[in-house]
Amino acid sequence: MPILFDYFTLKIIWWLLVGALLIGFAVMDGFDLGVGALLPFVARTDGERRVLINSIGPTWEGNQVWFITGGGALFAAWPLVYAAAFSGFYWALLLVLFALFFRPVGFEYRSKVADPRWRSAWDWGLFVGGAVPALVFGVAFGNLLQGVPFAFDEFLRPFYGGNFFGLLNPFALLTGVVSLSMLVMHGAVYLQMRTEGVIAVRAHTAVRLFGIVFIAAFVLAGIWQAYGIQGFRLVASPDPGTSFSPLAKTVEQAAGAWMANFAGHPWMWSAPVLAVAGAGLAILLAAAGRTGAAFVLSGAALTGTILTAGFAMFPFIMPSSTVPNVSLTVYDAVSSHHTLNLMFIAVVVFLPIVLAYTSWVYRVLRGKVTEKRIREETHSAY
Amino acid sequence: MKNPVGAEFNPVTMRMELTSFAELFFNPVAQVKFVHTVAAGYVTAAMFVLGVSSLYLLKGRDMAFARRSFAVAVGFGLASVCSVIVLGDESGYEVGQVQKVKLATMEAAWETEPPPASFTLFGFPDQEAMKTRAEISIPWVGGLIVTRSLDKPIKGVRELIAENEDRIIKGVKAFGLLQKLRAGDTAPALLQEFNTLKPNLGYGLLLKRYTPNVTDATPEQIHRAALDTIPNVGVMFWCFRIMVGLGFYLLALIVISFYFCAKRVFHQKRWLLKTILFSMPAPWIAAELGWIVAEYGRQPWSIGEVLPTLLSSSTLSTGDLIGSIAAIVLLYTAFMIAAAYLMVKFVRLGPSSLHTGRYHFEQGHAA
Repeated sequence: MPILFDYFTLKIIWWLLVGALLIGFAVMDGFDLGVGALLPFVARTDGERRVLINSIGPTWEGNQVWFITGGGALFAAWPLVYAAAFSGFYWALLLVLFALFFRPVGFEYRSKVADPRWRSAWDWGLFVGGAVPALVFGVAFGNLLQGVPFAFDEFLRPFYGGNFFGLLNPFALLTGVVSLSMLVMHGAVYLQMRTEGVIAVRAHTAVRLFGIVFIAAFVLAGIWQAYGIQGFRLVASPDPGTSFSPLAKTVEQAAGAWMANFAGHPWMWSAPVLAVAGAGLAILLAAAGRTGAAFVLSGAALTGTILTAGFAMFPFIMPSSTVPNVSLTVYDAVSSHHTLNLMFIAVVVFLPIVLAYTSWVYRVLRGKVTEKRIREETHSAY
Repeated sequence: MKNPVGAEFNPVTMRMELTSFAELFFNPVAQVKFVHTVAAGYVTAAMFVLGVSSLYLLKGRDMAFARRSFAVAVGFGLASVCSVIVLGDESGYEVGQVQKVKLATMEAAWETEPPPASFTLFGFPDQEAMKTRAEISIPWVGGLIVTRSLDKPIKGVRELIAENEDRIIKGVKAFGLLQKLRAGDTAPALLQEFNTLKPNLGYGLLLKRYTPNVTDATPEQIHRAALDTIPNVGVMFWCFRIMVGLGFYLLALIVISFYFCAKRVFHQKRWLLKTILFSMPAPWIAAELGWIVAEYGRQPWSIGEVLPTLLSSSTLSTGDLIGSIAAIVLLYTAFMIAAAYLMVKFVRLGPSSLHTGRYHFEQGHAA
């Protein structure tokens, strides 16, 4: 297998790729999580709820693969992050997993029995499956920004010193609100685009409400992290182009350290601007009935939000609040040169294929979902 | 994980790193295991369809539908059960090549017999005394199945323990050298010596259970660690035999069904339909037992001969693990109840649930 890039370049490429996967996940799976969270509120009758479910029914599983791929990419590209995060955030991730359990069974079982209690129970299951992951992802990011209590032993096995309730601190809950409102806004824009009548009207109300909550929470979290959160700063490190263990560098904590990248590279300000402006324009365009453009801008707001967090923390991925020196960065939490290269080749081959069939699927499924259409398609609709 | 290939331990990053993707991808053990498992799933599905079809035939409803689904499932089942058995044999052969301990425990081979080894059909393995009580064995067959030859021996448990004890002693040395390397000693001779002993490092790590320092292990501890490399022979022996027994039972059942299906008289053989109905759990039990043989049988390793299970676990507390397992059991039980309710409902309804107006529960309205 030819080595395409030097180790340093591949480390940066993989930071970009994991970021791209995260953005892909937020944009693609984000709207169906949002629709799940809106299900009991935007749709009241069984017919209306079936419209919502069928608006994401054929595609949610494909979208969720972005999440699985993200986990897989983390495992292959940043194995130490995978190890430290999956046991450190154990209960948080289990909560996400348990909530996600309700989605496949909810979609499949709900329509099999007509009893309203049965259907309503699965509707709330789908609500949990949409809202809980959307909230927890933001909470996890809030904790990454503050540093996570973990260290390594002589075998580089991560030891986690915190507990689940430690994750639920005020700043992390605020970032949880950011991600929840962001994905619900995204889902509401999608619903407004794919439905008609009373559902579209209610969806538009949700776009406005959650769009405004998102902008407020995002700006507040930004101010809070600039003045109230101890960021991390790389003081000394071995040559980032070589292979070294996370124990080999020096890191210090400082208030406002997450602002250093923005000060050094003013172009990075485009990310938070994209987040706020994207959400604002999405609200305005949705009000004007231009839902397609609103959906694109809502997606841009998600992209801007994730990039803001990524830019602030670079090169850190998972800072340690117990022993800052062992914080995981894009330079030392990565797989070997050979593995990164091989996986990069896999991405170059498979990503275009995935993007091609995904866009084809959405082309086939375009158009409004209505109660009438569901009644006509009794064998394929949920 | 059972036959790790294409990777090399790197003492700087303290991990296995990929050296050859082709070796990894074409790992013969992985390929055989994968297809064997998938085919086992197919057999389970085929038996499910056969079972439900038999139920309809026994009850005398939706006959045409049930006969057709029976015919489809029996053909599919025959192909699947044949591939399960052929690949199971292939898997046994691969195990014989790379997982000598698993093989010896599956066969309750305590001593290395002069080739070709016999095959133990029945018996009660006694781990303490290292022998099998009430043993019934067939000469030659074991050697033929496992090594596909008349002159290659099957290594017995006793010999394997002695070999592993030797590897543990080498592993202790490797561990000592690794500590020197990690402390910053970069002498090329040291690295070279470490590289020769490296394949034994995993064996040295087995001592972590008895002494955290490894290098100060007593001969007694080394012997105990060597005994640890052998999983419980009784469990392995019986799980393997019941799995294989069920496999051949299903083969016989499906071949008979296929024969009667070809003669177009299967729907009249009530004994056959009843046997199929009550055999529905058989492939599932066989699959679970196969899983025990594969996963329990590789203990104490999570990555064969590289990483002991003891060291590969996370540092979560027992409470965390019990709590999470309890939550999963609770949720899945709830989902299972819902699934079982739906399955029974739709098996009762049968093809009538399609609302085509052609089946059992719709005939009343039509007439």
